[in-house]
Amino acid sequence: MRLLIANGHLIDPAAPENTGMSVLIEDGKVSAWLKPNEAAPEGCEVFDAAGLLVAPGFIDLHVHLREPGQEHKETIASGCAAAVVGGWTSVCPMPNTNPVNDNAAITRYMIEQAERAGLANVFPIGAITKSSDGGELAEMGEMKAAGAVAVSDDGRPVPNAGIMRRAMQYAKDFDLPVVDHCEDKSLSSGGVMHEGRMSLLLGLKGMPALAEDIDVVRDIILAKETGAHIHIAHVSTKGAIEAVRRAKNEGINVTCEATPHHFTMTDKIVEGYDTNTKMAPPLRSEDHLEAIIEGIKDGTIDCIATDHAPHHADEKALEYDRAPFGITGLETAVGLALTELVHKGVISLERLVEMCSTNPAKIFNLNGRGTLKPGSIADITIIDPERVWTYRSTESRSKSKNSPFDGRTFTGQAVAAFVGGKLVHKTPE
Amino acid sequence: MPCFFFDWTAGIRACESSRMMEKPYRRRDLLGIRDLSAAEINGILDTAENFREINTREIKKVPALRGKTVINLFFENSTRTRTSFELAAKRLSADAVNISVSSSSVSKGETLVDTALNLDAMDPDCIVVRHGSAGVPHQLAKVSRAAVVNAGDGANEHPTQALLDAMTIREHKKKIEGLKVAIIGDIIHSRVARSNIHLLTKLGASVKVAGPGTLVPNDFQHLVEKNLEVCPHVEDALEGADVVMILRIQRERQDSAYFPTLREYSIHYGLTNDRLALATKDAIVLHPGPMNRGIEIASEVADSSRSLILDQVKYGVAVRMAVLYLATGGSIGTKE
Repeated sequence: MRLLIANGHLIDPAAPENTGMSVLIEDGKVSAWLKPNEAAPEGCEVFDAAGLLVAPGFIDLHVHLREPGQEHKETIASGCAAAVVGGWTSVCPMPNTNPVNDNAAITRYMIEQAERAGLANVFPIGAITKSSDGGELAEMGEMKAAGAVAVSDDGRPVPNAGIMRRAMQYAKDFDLPVVDHCEDKSLSSGGVMHEGRMSLLLGLKGMPALAEDIDVVRDIILAKETGAHIHIAHVSTKGAIEAVRRAKNEGINVTCEATPHHFTMTDKIVEGYDTNTKMAPPLRSEDHLEAIIEGIKDGTIDCIATDHAPHHADEKALEYDRAPFGITGLETAVGLALTELVHKGVISLERLVEMCSTNPAKIFNLNGRGTLKPGSIADITIIDPERVWTYRSTESRSKSKNSPFDGRTFTGQAVAAFVGGKLVHKTPE
Repeated sequence: MPCFFFDWTAGIRACESSRMMEKPYRRRDLLGIRDLSAAEINGILDTAENFREINTREIKKVPALRGKTVINLFFENSTRTRTSFELAAKRLSADAVNISVSSSSVSKGETLVDTALNLDAMDPDCIVVRHGSAGVPHQLAKVSRAAVVNAGDGANEHPTQALLDAMTIREHKKKIEGLKVAIIGDIIHSRVARSNIHLLTKLGASVKVAGPGTLVPNDFQHLVEKNLEVCPHVEDALEGADVVMILRIQRERQDSAYFPTLREYSIHYGLTNDRLALATKDAIVLHPGPMNRGIEIASEVADSSRSLILDQVKYGVAVRMAVLYLATGGSIGTKE
């Protein structure tokens, strides 16, 4: 089957010379570029992308799909449905499922569930340590063979530097990036929001920025020594970004991501005690937000990841300090990035595509993705950068509705998504 | 983001949320001092002055809130505050119901919202709530039709305590504006300190706070825009103070390594006669209770004529009468 994505504006930062071309897809792969005015080959289906941006499929390096074990919050099918609506053709679920994805059987199960759903690609992240309890190393080699693309203990970061050092040495043998949620819990435990003026004002226990800074610096030192690739999840502090910037200048193998909520909101929004403003790392103060924006501008921050963390409404309807951490993000991320970064002139559309597709594919070594060069896999995100729309959590495809962006209006939306050449989502006109 | 306005003079609670607009009757929440203007604070204090006299009568009861229902919902142990609210309600002829829940909603298997909706379904006029978690009164206020009065939420606020402290100060110093107030002790965990800082600075007093560095973060300086200073030593805060507020020190802070021992705390931070001598000659001493004698306050100070701890408790009833009265629809400065 052949399909031509015609009349759109192609942006592929990996092949900038072909900006504006039409994309011809055959058997799930990109077969050629055609000039905009070139006629479609005979018998070829045409997707009219007039006025729309055509980009290599967006890849979210950080989601929680809750399956197996917490299917009341999300399933792989519902999470993938939310992903493609939001413009993400690939998602990388963290291993904090129940049981933890610390072995090949669970990794395989997650991939099979994604295949059954037939929407987005799922590239699981395996655990660093068994049960993510920070002790013995998990079977990284086996998980990689089953399809895992990275390792992480995410919300339960390895506290022991000695174990982390071995994890990096070992992961390097398998070319697996080590992803770390950097938080020294001896400094942040009991905290429920960013430590600063707002936490003092609201009487809530703070999580100091330095709890993140210290762990980032530790990881960078370990990465330098081991030569492993460390990917810092959801950087949220000025100190962490400065540390990553210095490390990159030194040539250390470090990359990092930022979430849309951290580059658009501050801890001021915690006022009112809405538990949908509670996540880890927490929303921080203005100076940290500015540092994130600077990091996005100058390239210190490599990519945008959502940290999509669905929780059932009943679990969030608790006291602020007892409610779980996390918010959904798959359906709002692209709208937020376009509204707050592109339309405000912080970054170009090209840089947005680079941060959502080109770079994530490189970071997790997803060969054949993150670009639409002929021969690559036909994962495509189609964006209407000017479309004005309002997000309603009640209409979300995710099983959970824990978003602080309910009712927010955005300019710019992912309007269609192709995975392996197959149309998996199209926004109704 | 939901936003609440507290307009104690106009009488109607405005709110952005459409659900709130459907409120069937007038109600006003008291969630914190931070949300009030100086005029509103003075209005509550003036109303409380009017109610004081009732408490000295032989028959301590007026029909102001006859037919109204007040639920005291206490998720934390409390003798003084709960009794004070209960007496306040009863002396105004309201029907008062006390609900003590030893643990949070989680261990009962009920969400906070469900607890609120269930109580609200019984049509109370006012829910007085105390909870160990900051923000619970705000969360209740979003879903309940009854007026919500904060009787202490975590480390956030304890507005009626600050109001009764202000009433005590006004009684003895005849004013609040221009006074120098020292607040000593565990500032970071104290809802009493927060409510008092908001109230006193709004009314023009200048506040100095001091205590162990672990319990008095420098960032506290920025809590309010002006009239607040974090002092490095207790002595700096006491120097020339007209009012000294001592906070209760919790024993469990020692276990969390905020300070080494209660003994050392009492030596370096406790209020003794020697330290109190740094304050003005007629400085008054307040403590929200219950006191740890010999730890944050020496008995020689607690039992002296400068200590107004029992006055605070006495005025607490009048303040809570005023708050319940205003919350359920009464207007400033009146009674009966």
